[in-house]
Amino acid sequence: MSLRQFTRDEIEPLAVGAWILGTGGGGSPYYSFLNLRRLYDQGTRVDLMDPDDLADDDLVAVVSNQGAPLVGQERLSDPAFAAKPLRMMEEYLGRKFRAVMSVEIGGGNSFQPFLVAAVTGLPVVDADAMGRAFPEAQMTSFAIHDLPMFPLTLADIRDNEVIVSRAASWKWMERISRKICTEVGSIAATCKAPRSGREVKDCAILHTVTKAVSIGRVVLAARRRHEDPIAALLEAEGGKMIFKGKITDLERRTTGGFLRGEAKVEGLDDSRGDSLRLAFQNEFAVGWLNGEARVMTPDLICVLDSVSGDAIGSETLRYGQRVSVIALPAPPILLTPKGLDHVGPAAFGYDLEFKSVFGEPVP
Amino acid sequence: MRRIGIDVGGTNTDAVLVSEAGVLHAIKTPTTADVTGGVLNALKEIVAAARGKLGRVEAVMLGTTHFTNAVVQRRDLMRTAAVRIGLPASASLPPFVDWPRDLADLVDGGVYLVEGGHEYDGRPLVNFDRERMRAAAKKIRDSGVRAAGIAAIFSPLNADCEAQAAEILREECPDIAITESRALGRIGLLERENATLLNACLSDLAQHTTQAFQDAMRDSGIDAPLYLTQNDGTVMRADFAAAFPVYSFASGPTNSMRGAAYLTGLDEAMVIDVGGTTTDVGHLRRGFPREANSTVEIGGVRTLFRMPDLLSIGLGGGTLVETAPLAIGPRSTGFRLPELGMVFGGDCLTMTDLAVAAGGPKIGNPKLVAHLDRDLVAAAMARASEMIAEAVDRMKVDAAPVPLIAVGGGAFLVPDQVPGISEVLRVEHQAVANAVGAAIAQVSGEIDQIFAEMTREAAIENARRLANERAVSAGASPASLSTVEVEDLPIAYLPGHSLRVRIRVVGEIA
Repeated sequence: MSLRQFTRDEIEPLAVGAWILGTGGGGSPYYSFLNLRRLYDQGTRVDLMDPDDLADDDLVAVVSNQGAPLVGQERLSDPAFAAKPLRMMEEYLGRKFRAVMSVEIGGGNSFQPFLVAAVTGLPVVDADAMGRAFPEAQMTSFAIHDLPMFPLTLADIRDNEVIVSRAASWKWMERISRKICTEVGSIAATCKAPRSGREVKDCAILHTVTKAVSIGRVVLAARRRHEDPIAALLEAEGGKMIFKGKITDLERRTTGGFLRGEAKVEGLDDSRGDSLRLAFQNEFAVGWLNGEARVMTPDLICVLDSVSGDAIGSETLRYGQRVSVIALPAPPILLTPKGLDHVGPAAFGYDLEFKSVFGEPVP
Repeated sequence: MRRIGIDVGGTNTDAVLVSEAGVLHAIKTPTTADVTGGVLNALKEIVAAARGKLGRVEAVMLGTTHFTNAVVQRRDLMRTAAVRIGLPASASLPPFVDWPRDLADLVDGGVYLVEGGHEYDGRPLVNFDRERMRAAAKKIRDSGVRAAGIAAIFSPLNADCEAQAAEILREECPDIAITESRALGRIGLLERENATLLNACLSDLAQHTTQAFQDAMRDSGIDAPLYLTQNDGTVMRADFAAAFPVYSFASGPTNSMRGAAYLTGLDEAMVIDVGGTTTDVGHLRRGFPREANSTVEIGGVRTLFRMPDLLSIGLGGGTLVETAPLAIGPRSTGFRLPELGMVFGGDCLTMTDLAVAAGGPKIGNPKLVAHLDRDLVAAAMARASEMIAEAVDRMKVDAAPVPLIAVGGGAFLVPDQVPGISEVLRVEHQAVANAVGAAIAQVSGEIDQIFAEMTREAAIENARRLANERAVSAGASPASLSTVEVEDLPIAYLPGHSLRVRIRVVGEIA
């Protein structure tokens, strides 16, 4: 059994890297980052566990903080509250969890298992179910693998607790849990359907905590050396620069609980004279270069501050910002025909045949 | 109309007298260590410059970095009690959690967490615990702390809890200086609370300083209301500034851009402010600087203040130039240019020397740079022009050519032709654009709230009404109000067409 301690100097890189992997959504990890740093200052430590070290019949909790990022700016994330649904789930199942993992590595939820681990003493599994951020439950690798989607436990900071014992499909689970979440103030801690060690090893996206930390480290180190953090990131992660420019137009609306909209980016430097139209549905979904679809989900479309390399969320895009739009490779499971059914451009309502900027996946 | 604008800078205190006809007089005096001494000198010099024809001064508008500097330099700060109303939420990140240690050690006068607060839709989170608040107020009284900041969850939507808490606190501690976060607007509990606590800890300094400014005015024989400039390019009455010093944070660059707008009469333009060490490029929209959107740190504390979106590059009149190979800056002589620059008899080659050698401004003694190689001079000036052109292009967001206003002591470095720029404008008094910007400032009101269950139009109209009320209470004349900024952001996940509206209105002084 190999556990290693997640060190204090990995906390900030995790926040920077996870926000980049959020591809515009997932909410900023800032408040969760503060929480974890504070817990470490008070002497708490969390262990990180390699998924290969899970026994097949180990029970793994999949946790998330569900809701509107804006509400999260007033009702700040809280470790004790984050751990509540996990305790509910153990009681409901009559079994104890062996470890805890995040549903999505992108954005604030990257920290949720760490906050839960700090309270419960369980190790965090180095894996998630998206390899990025997506808005809905059926967009996980577990859903793509047709694993069961229930039960789910949900807790509110008041004494409200809900167990969804069954749901007809992943989409039904999404609808029901979203409704409950809205009722308790559009923010809730959840523990999703528990996974066996075997399921995690076969169906999760592995080593994504390590990946986020390594992305954050590359960006922070380049910034310290006054080098281009984006160039360093592209080289380290095999990413592609799609476009460099400034935002000249912006339009947002909400429909069906999504923040949808489009940003227009006019080119600078190598992109001079060109323009990119970038559509988002919480996360960045499709980019059209001079009218032609150039990059699309599930390839990771990340919008970064051209100077600092910090991620910019779809909620924090502003007129006049100078940004670099880059693509990072998606986890292979998302690129399979089944994966594309769940998270390809058609799943977001775009009539586009998926084409990766990285070419055909290696079979 | 006669107004005096004053800008208290690091080196100089500038003052201008303006009327409808424009700038009547402009003076520069050295800034003094006590700040108010320099202000008194500046006022006296302006009165003297007007030679008995001052007329009735309608207002004095003053821009100062005094309160920012107090935070940055960790001086004159009061120990402050932090009251947070929002339990059981947000408990793990208490007030002061993200402050630099040294500043928190100075300011933290006790943290009190109380049940209460609201949801995004205005429903109570839990009932406000008045008994617990009463107990906290008694503890604060016993602790001897004389300042307090109160922040409740979602108070920009419903400020009841903060108002009740302040009332209880006042009953128990009649003399305590209280800042409520609702007055500082903007959604984001930690950042709003930070601004609230910074404001509270500046209470004494703000009272003393605004009083000293008013004394200086009286001593110079000027009988007019005093206003202080804010970072959004508008002013607040001195009594309001005494209660909300944080609004004055970083108003300097804004004043400079507003001054540029006034001096040229342009509302839509880019502005380039070339100083001794750096050049700032910004964008005027409807006469106001476009705002930056990143979180702004003051003395290491994260806040949500409004700041102009500026791009700064290391180029100015005092910028040092190396010749082999040619390299410009970023090092600079700073305020020592008048002794170190070649045209002044020094031995440092600066951008000012090169501009003089190129036949530009008449500064110092041109003979002292006559020996410089012509090709070198031309190459250096061309390189500086490229740096400026690049900075302008990075900030520019319109495809069509726009005018560029050049201000600041080093404005002569800006070439007459800049790509994407329709015209480079230079004006008289550009060196005191800061003080001019202060003199012409208006009064504003801002709202940042979530509106639910109404149409977009109704939400914006509601927000506008609230912002108007705020502007009027800050001293604006109701008839003169106009909207300078509207941003509406639909919110993912919230039901029933929830819309976050941020709106800012400005008007003339009543």
